[in-house]
Amino acid sequence: MLKQRKALSVPYYLWIALFVIAPVFLLLYQSFQNIDGSFSLANIQTYFTSTVYLTMTLQSFLYAFVITVVALLISYPAAYFLTRAKNKQLWLLVLILPTWINILLKTYAFIGILSQTGAVNQFFEFIGLGTQPLLFTRLGFIIVATYIEIPFMLLPIFNAIDEIDDSMVFASRDLGANEWDTFRSVIFPMSMSGVRSGVQAVFIPSLSLFMLTRLIAGNRVVTLGTAIEQHFLVTQNWGMGSTMGIVLIIIMFVVMFLTGKRRKGGQRG
Amino acid sequence: MIKNNKASTMYLLIVFILLYAPIAYLIYYSFNAGGTMNQFTGFTWEHYQSLASDTRLITIALDTLRVALLSALAATIIGTLGAIGIYYAKLRRTQTILLSLNNILLVSPDVIIGASFLLLFTLVGFRLGFYSVLLSHIAFSIPIVVLMVLPRLEEMNTNMLTAARDLGASQLQVLKEIILPSITPGILAGFFMAFTYSIDDFAVTFFVTGNGFATLSVEIYSRARQGVSLEINALSTLLFLVAMGIVVGYYFIQKQQRQRKKTAQIDPTNHEKAVTP
Repeated sequence: MLKQRKALSVPYYLWIALFVIAPVFLLLYQSFQNIDGSFSLANIQTYFTSTVYLTMTLQSFLYAFVITVVALLISYPAAYFLTRAKNKQLWLLVLILPTWINILLKTYAFIGILSQTGAVNQFFEFIGLGTQPLLFTRLGFIIVATYIEIPFMLLPIFNAIDEIDDSMVFASRDLGANEWDTFRSVIFPMSMSGVRSGVQAVFIPSLSLFMLTRLIAGNRVVTLGTAIEQHFLVTQNWGMGSTMGIVLIIIMFVVMFLTGKRRKGGQRG
Repeated sequence: MIKNNKASTMYLLIVFILLYAPIAYLIYYSFNAGGTMNQFTGFTWEHYQSLASDTRLITIALDTLRVALLSALAATIIGTLGAIGIYYAKLRRTQTILLSLNNILLVSPDVIIGASFLLLFTLVGFRLGFYSVLLSHIAFSIPIVVLMVLPRLEEMNTNMLTAARDLGASQLQVLKEIILPSITPGILAGFFMAFTYSIDDFAVTFFVTGNGFATLSVEIYSRARQGVSLEINALSTLLFLVAMGIVVGYYFIQKQQRQRKKTAQIDPTNHEKAVTP
């Protein structure tokens, strides 16, 4: 009878073997192959000696960093105010609803908004700044990527702040701290877990948003994701693509390690 | 509780406007007779009419729906059984390992999933098209189903299981009569999440779709690369309405469930009908 139950989970274990473990090994295996299919370390060597690949990785990293920081700066106050709003659940729903809209449609909207004669430039014209190039620039990419990532940053921070017990805040106020002090030494430290998950949720996708770079940044911005897509689907150099995939996976683990759950020490004396 | 002052409410409003402005912009210009996304010259339904007669797009929309329904269904079945497997794993260590493996696809960037699935399909010699897309969607939806179902299993009253076994129920009966009914909300939530994952996916599909088959996301991408066409605006208005409907519906279902749970907690003897007018 136990066997019956075990048999039911077999498809799930098959899934783990075929679609979780095998792909990672395939990626590793492929990165040790040169373009005509024999074993070599050429890809890894090329990657680490070519300034093109290394600058691209560094730039991709910087873009992701800027996007994460801007998204954090906009989302944190929003999340904080949200926890104190009337009808906060409804507000939250409204603010994260845009994530339910297809990412390509949101990106497509910016093709219109940021174009030479689009809304933003019409506004610049109106206040006398003149037309600025926005579409197909790096700034454009950062704007659109930040826009897309804000709700993913907002949600975990909101949850973290919302979980803080009100009595903590009242205690701090009773003990004479003003609102800013309370925020700085009670709310902010206690919301760090949310900030960490937010950073994790934004940083990793920002490294790999290839459709954004194609549609918004023309070919100005090449992120790791763009390069991988290029190598797999355009130039058909799967070995090099896989090598970059492995690099992306390693970066992902580093980010997860840095933003992962820390042991909370010293909370109880 | 400290309430917001004017400035902070203003800030929330500004974030709200920033988040919705691009969507409003899309919808507004879907009625533009001018044909561009920057000069509104007059009102028209023309783009919706051309959408309705665009058979290629309608076929693609139906294909997208077909993939989403089938993949969500398969992922829900496999994922639910997997969650039961994890729940029954004897060693705590095995559980942790299974869960970490489960979560790999949830945290991996889409490009990695897409590229590695492409490698997999090519290695086995699987033809790219509808089935490769369907399999990939099943694959990346399974872990979310597991995460939705597992907490329900852990909340389950284990005495019920023991009682059922004592009264002579077979394994399958226990599964059917006790486990499945008590985890149904988790299963439904899992199905729902899997469905929306599939509808929204672009990157993975883009890698494994080959030439003959497209989903809406892939089609929007290739049209958007060619420039602005207000038919896409019209399409996005419709999709926005659908998304709104789904989310609002989900919100109310959840709210209802939460309330029902509350009454159950307050009143364990199930006098609900007598108490509520």
